[in-house]
Amino acid sequence: MGIEVANVTKQFGAFAALRDVSLRVKAGELIALLGPSGSGKTTLLRVIAGLEAPDSGSVLFEGEDATTRHVRDRRVGFVFQHYALFRHMTVFENVAFGLRVRPRRLRPTRADIRRRVMELLHLVQLEGFAKRYPSQLSGGQRQRVALARALAVEPKVLLLDEPFGALDAKVRQELRRWLRRLHEEIHVTSVFVTHDQDEALEVADRVVVMNTGQIEQIGTPEEVFRSPASAFVMNFLGTVNVFHRRVDSLTPGPDAIELQCPDELPAGSRPARIFVRPHHLEINAGPTGAPGLRGLVQYINAASPQVKVEVLSEFGEVLQIETSQDRYQELALQKGSEVFVTPKEMRVFFDDGHHGPSTPSTQLPDRMS
Amino acid sequence: MAAIVTNAKLAHAAPRTAVRHSSAIVRWLLVLTAVAFLGLMLILPLVIVFYSALEKGWQTAWAALTHPDALAAIRLTALTVAIAVPVNVIFGIAAAWAITKFRVRCKSLLITLIDLPFSISPVIAGMIFVLLFGAQGLLGPWLSAHDIKIIFAWPGIALATMFVTLPFVARELIPLMQAQGCDDEEAAISLGANGWQTFFRVTLPNIKWGLAYGTILCTARALGEFGAVSVVSGHIRGETNTLPLHVEILYNEYQFAAAFSVAGLLVGIALLTIIGRSFIEWRMQKSLLRHANGGPTASSTLEQAGSE
Repeated sequence: MGIEVANVTKQFGAFAALRDVSLRVKAGELIALLGPSGSGKTTLLRVIAGLEAPDSGSVLFEGEDATTRHVRDRRVGFVFQHYALFRHMTVFENVAFGLRVRPRRLRPTRADIRRRVMELLHLVQLEGFAKRYPSQLSGGQRQRVALARALAVEPKVLLLDEPFGALDAKVRQELRRWLRRLHEEIHVTSVFVTHDQDEALEVADRVVVMNTGQIEQIGTPEEVFRSPASAFVMNFLGTVNVFHRRVDSLTPGPDAIELQCPDELPAGSRPARIFVRPHHLEINAGPTGAPGLRGLVQYINAASPQVKVEVLSEFGEVLQIETSQDRYQELALQKGSEVFVTPKEMRVFFDDGHHGPSTPSTQLPDRMS
Repeated sequence: MAAIVTNAKLAHAAPRTAVRHSSAIVRWLLVLTAVAFLGLMLILPLVIVFYSALEKGWQTAWAALTHPDALAAIRLTALTVAIAVPVNVIFGIAAAWAITKFRVRCKSLLITLIDLPFSISPVIAGMIFVLLFGAQGLLGPWLSAHDIKIIFAWPGIALATMFVTLPFVARELIPLMQAQGCDDEEAAISLGANGWQTFFRVTLPNIKWGLAYGTILCTARALGEFGAVSVVSGHIRGETNTLPLHVEILYNEYQFAAAFSVAGLLVGIALLTIIGRSFIEWRMQKSLLRHANGGPTASSTLEQAGSE
């Protein structure tokens, strides 16, 4: 079922949780709402579920206005961050709950309930756990019970609030892949909230990046990662090096960027931030002719597929650089080596005024490489 | 109890030097003080109550308890409890639900108001009702015109008792329900449960031990309430005397054995209450543990702190 959120605003006291948010989720899609704490992602999810009423704006299910529809009648499956399993019920009773509370004429027979619950427990790979209590399960198992319970009522939309937030890293990895496969299997429209960019980029069909109650960007994981629409998105999706420079705004091209002179103000230039990802900074032993910076290696961590190098630039900036193991061997890098750093790809965001990281999209510069 | 805990801590913390010797003396001094105080203030009076009651033999005690006036007092006390406790249980659940599950303005003002009966002297509580319903009171003329008797009758006693015991259930439930949050209820509703189903199948099982605890405390206080009831009762023998008032009357008439026999009955109930309370406390701790286990795993608390 398709969902449409149109111009939704929600205020908690003086805090604006959502500011004129609009979003369209296609039927069968798996969407991630990604953002830091307080960005409004959970509020948006709760508004879609009907657990929170928007101050203005509307929520449409399949083109039909559902803004005032009660949670009970929305047919959404909601999975809570801390699972909210009923402690005094067994796994079986938890999953059966949604079927048992139906009005008598809609309630399946005992045998049907039993069959349906066992099917769902099979789906979440917990067949043998029907008689256990939530306290006897691990975090990952509880999360799967919560999912089975939400699916029991055959929801048209599945909403998950930080589904893996309370799990440790390894279980999280497994559950992520499992959720992806499950979604391919049952294909129910799903929206999940996360503050972990890896999780969003790995699991979702499309990612909605949110900040301070607004949507910064909507796109496929690749779109969002490769061409971030704002400085905020660039910053939020992984490590990034930021250079505060002045850029000739009239001819935005590689020549217009002068990494060498941070303090000089060429006529007609504008203050800007230049963003470069760690793997887009190339390390060379000496100048290559391309624009770059001189620096000293401060720290090396070679204990991962990509070697992480920290370089102190001639202007006192600490650069995070990732390079391949081969290149690391070739250059024979050591702490204290003098190197020359060249950006292969960078993105420029002008900061007219000091509005912080969320530069409005109207001021987006061209992409340069 | 407190003394024993302190003593264990001291013993644990004591380094292996001369300090140990002096800390042992301190330990024994503390234990002795606590035991002496407990004996003097609690055990001795309890023993005296039962000793005085049985001083003149079982027959006298039994006669005192089965005297028509005593039986009337027992009946009236039972009636008062039967009215005050259920009303306060319903009020307590409703108030705790309203305060914890909804975004209510002036939440702390409401909680303070609920606490009011704890901070007002029971005598004043009784007087409030006399001023309200008494012959010279605000509603007095209207009540006497309709031939309704509240003061110096059982309705006044029930009202005064209700007032005094009002905070017990609510005060017990509010922190409990606050700690549990609304997730379970929201989950139930999103699964299609209606309000009653959510309450009986999800909320009530979650709060049952807290509710039982509050109810026991409420009952104990309703049984023993003296001050407020004394003001509104009028002390009519066999009619408006509750058990505590009956004890007082017997005592004032120098019928010590009878007074202590009835008092013994109240003390007996109080002891039962304590046993029930300890049992429930033990169960609550178990269910709290289960709550903690039913929630996020311990290893992930750090991550939670980082998340929303």
